Amino acid sequence: MKTRRIDNYGKINRDKILSFSWDKKNYKGFEGDTLASALLANNIGIVGRSFKYHRPRGIFSSGVEESGALVTIGSKDRRDPNVRATTQELYNGLEASGQNAFPNVNFDLAGINNYLGRFFAAGFYYKTFMGIPPLEWGKGTAIWMFFEKFIRKAAGMGSASGLPDPDTYEHAHDFCDLIVVGSGPAGVAAAIEAAEKKLDVILVEQDSLIGGNQLAENDFDNSQIKNQLENLGIKIMTRTTAFGLYDNCVVGLLERVTDHISAPNVNIPRQRFWTIRAKHIIVGAGAIERHIAFNNNDIPGVMTVNASKHYLNRYGVLTGKRIVIATNNDSVYETANQLSEAGANVTVLDSRTNFEIETNKSFEIRKGYVPYNINGSKKIHSLDISKSETINKSETIDCDQVLLSGGWSPAVHLLSHRGVKPKWDYNNACFLPSDTKENITMVGSSRGLWNKNDCIASGIAGTTDALNRLGISKTNYFFPKPGGWKNPIQPLYEVKYKKSRSKSFVDYQHDVTTDDVRLAHREGFISVEHLKRYTTLGMANDQGKMGNIIGLSLMAELLNKEIPEVGTTVFRPPYTPVSIGALSGRNVGKHFRPLRVTPMHQWNIDHGAKMIEVGLYQRPWYYPKENETLSDSYIREASTVRKTVGICDITSLGKIAIQGPDSTEFLNRIYSNSFSKLQVGKARYGIMLRDDGIVMDDGTSWRLAENEYFMTTSTGEAAKVMSWLEELLQNRWTDLNVNVTSVSEQWAGVSVAGPKSREVLNNCVDDSLVVTNNNLPFMGVTSTFLKGNIPCRIARISFSGELAFEVYVKSDFANTMMDLIWENAKKYDGCLYGLEALGALRVEKGHVTAAELDGRVTIDDAGLSKMASTKKSYIGSAMRKRGVLKNNDREILVGFFPTNLKETFNAGTIVCEKNNIKGQGIGRITSVTYSPELGHWIGLGFVKGGLDKWKDTNLVGADPVRNKQMNLKVVSPHMIDPKGERMYA
Amino acid sequence: MIRINCPYCGERDHSEFSYGGDATINYPSLDASEKEWTEAIFFRKNIKGFQFETWHHSNGCRMWLVVERSTVTHEIKSVKPCHPDLQKVVENNK
Repeated sequence: MKTRRIDNYGKINRDKILSFSWDKKNYKGFEGDTLASALLANNIGIVGRSFKYHRPRGIFSSGVEESGALVTIGSKDRRDPNVRATTQELYNGLEASGQNAFPNVNFDLAGINNYLGRFFAAGFYYKTFMGIPPLEWGKGTAIWMFFEKFIRKAAGMGSASGLPDPDTYEHAHDFCDLIVVGSGPAGVAAAIEAAEKKLDVILVEQDSLIGGNQLAENDFDNSQIKNQLENLGIKIMTRTTAFGLYDNCVVGLLERVTDHISAPNVNIPRQRFWTIRAKHIIVGAGAIERHIAFNNNDIPGVMTVNASKHYLNRYGVLTGKRIVIATNNDSVYETANQLSEAGANVTVLDSRTNFEIETNKSFEIRKGYVPYNINGSKKIHSLDISKSETINKSETIDCDQVLLSGGWSPAVHLLSHRGVKPKWDYNNACFLPSDTKENITMVGSSRGLWNKNDCIASGIAGTTDALNRLGISKTNYFFPKPGGWKNPIQPLYEVKYKKSRSKSFVDYQHDVTTDDVRLAHREGFISVEHLKRYTTLGMANDQGKMGNIIGLSLMAELLNKEIPEVGTTVFRPPYTPVSIGALSGRNVGKHFRPLRVTPMHQWNIDHGAKMIEVGLYQRPWYYPKENETLSDSYIREASTVRKTVGICDITSLGKIAIQGPDSTEFLNRIYSNSFSKLQVGKARYGIMLRDDGIVMDDGTSWRLAENEYFMTTSTGEAAKVMSWLEELLQNRWTDLNVNVTSVSEQWAGVSVAGPKSREVLNNCVDDSLVVTNNNLPFMGVTSTFLKGNIPCRIARISFSGELAFEVYVKSDFANTMMDLIWENAKKYDGCLYGLEALGALRVEKGHVTAAELDGRVTIDDAGLSKMASTKKSYIGSAMRKRGVLKNNDREILVGFFPTNLKETFNAGTIVCEKNNIKGQGIGRITSVTYSPELGHWIGLGFVKGGLDKWKDTNLVGADPVRNKQMNLKVVSPHMIDPKGERMYA
Repeated sequence: MIRINCPYCGERDHSEFSYGGDATINYPSLDASEKEWTEAIFFRKNIKGFQFETWHHSNGCRMWLVVERSTVTHEIKSVKPCHPDLQKVVENNK
């Protein structure tokens, strides 16, 4: 096969040959090639199959707007589907293959879809799978479920590897005065002007080289520009796409760090996700050339005119021998000159009849002609043309390539991200950016300027605008007027095919044809947003960069309206696809979220703990001995606590220091129960309500001194309670002299529970008198020393219902404390216990936790009415009995036993009356455990009306998720030691 | 990304802050009636344009702030401490 590469053209490095594979065959290219240019040079015309009809597709463009050459790069876990061959730089050993085809893109069995096209028109899915009324009303879903996998396989793009991504990605941040997007003449001029005015500038370019569309010029050399930019201290970021603009001049960038390297250093991330905070943004993102809709306008060999110029002058590839250029504007004539000089036989069809243009006269210009139909299927044989005034086939031109230019669309996408609607410009037949109050300025061809000098002038004006808006200067400036061609453009979007069932593509990527747009109109989907969703016009990874305007113009014509009346869809980020890996950055695997460990984390693991996540915390779950299972272990641990003594890491509880003269008043307002008479040296269990009367959290507060308290909160609500207290003090009760400080990380805590706990602690403290029943009664608090002169705080608080103490030391002493207490606990055959045993002990005792206090429960629902003071007002007191909260049939906390004590149940079980097992029942089970004390399974939960209503009734526990059902009876939630004799011992 | 100019820390990403709520509520006294509390905590204006709202610099200085923000454009006109005494301190240090 002959190469299309020609001598003396291009900026590729012909001394450096790169080998790559396409569909498992080996080819050669040069350094500086993209995959697309290398494929074209190797005369590979078909590079993909279309989305629905499986039509052969070639390379349409030379940039990010590509909608034909979507290929799969790499293999195994590095397989990357839907990569645009036009932006993929070639590297040695690159593996690429076609997609959406079987067995391959040259011969694809599903190509038969092309002939079944009438069944796959717009709305195909909706119509086919909603059932055929009236016979199949409602059955559509089942039919869809059956066919889905076949259809998903037939329609679509490449497939992901399904394997974990082996690459790393990074998040990075930067700040600057001015960020310039695009390094064409306008962007470069803006950047230089700004740097000379001492602004800190970042210049972003999605290509590997700076220059923008100048890279398509034969005599363009960017080295001088590059030097100048670097000498001015401008940070140049190539291979970096500004994919989105956000509030306050924040720009999202995706830097492709190693996607162009054959064997990247494993220590370097594949891509970097940048968040740039700028003071001003200048967008010189260029413009994108449009195609024209006519029959078979997608046959491989169809390309935009500017793309062909790129391939010639940047890559030294002459894309055709006998080329027809179809246009409606002046922009193609320079390319026509160059293509014919390079040896191609060129004919230009210009839809306009009356215009003058200077050329090198080496090619024919057919004024007043438009393309009508391409003959050929896998490649172009000839082009039928028509007079532009009356559309009908007039003659046929033999050719192997058809280049199209239906006008240019400024890349207004980034501005659209900020909600700025573009405005239609009749003179230039394109949408132009509107002005915005935000610090964003559009320059160059993205504001509709078609010649280079205007672009440069606009860049300088853009920077002046930025300087004015930043308050640095007050200089007058003006932007050149949009346009710049000698002859006006003549709108040309579609050349209507006379025969039925044409394949005139509007959107190549999703196989949307002009007929589909007309069908959408006939069926009433006339708003642009409906049109988009019904036909999928402008969806998928090109997001309608080429085809959108054509679709809008067709709808405008059908509605007898102008394009601006029809409007345009909103472009949203990202401008080009961003990989999920880059979005997640390093936040994967164990780094998915922060990990919190207690200071005795390693001590716990060293002593055999299996850990469990509670919120962000790692907490000991259970401490299995030899072959013990989870349930063996927790039952043994809970039994040991009840029999002798157990110790448990409770450091994850929230801890807040409350200090200041108004501390007591403050606690009295936030807790539902009274704190006004709490003595120094005593702790109290308290409940906090929300403003609306629902329980927020529970915990204890210890009065350490007249004006100093130590508050504990639940693990899960610690952060919320802290923020809440701060809000109250800073926003609501600004006259209170109270200071709150989070000390959760400063104190390590352990619970010592069980009948032998006092004896154990006795051996651990310096002064054994401090823990006697007299000196440290139930809810007593003391600040004392552990052996070894370790300062500590001890409170006699019980969550298990046994005699129990909470001991806190500064976090640095955590391991010493654990060693000391564990040494002594072992003497009494004590154990270490984890969260599972802790849960079993508290469920037996009927203590509520987050499982019960779920944000729907009132203090009465939780059976804690006694905790609600009637002698004072507090947060939530006015609201806790409002409306539905005072209903008689509210769900009240109760205990549950299975009627047959051998049966088990799960948390989440729905409690129902015997002959009425449906819906939400009359209650729910929130926590369950095996009770070592009682010798069977027990549960805590809620039932409408509470214990009084149901204590003698047999109820049913329904667990449809696990397909279980059991008989239940309702008992008091205080399932053991209801009088608390053990705690007070 | 909204950028909030914290009077204590300077301009920071909104991800450092937590949204509070309406900053113009006059909370009734704790012994006020259910009706007064109902109005204070459930009734809100759905403002199009600038509104005063509280934000907590929860991953920063832990101060509660009153932010005057446009619900349409996210433009922020002013940022002040919630606490009136601190407002004065910030004002005097300007």
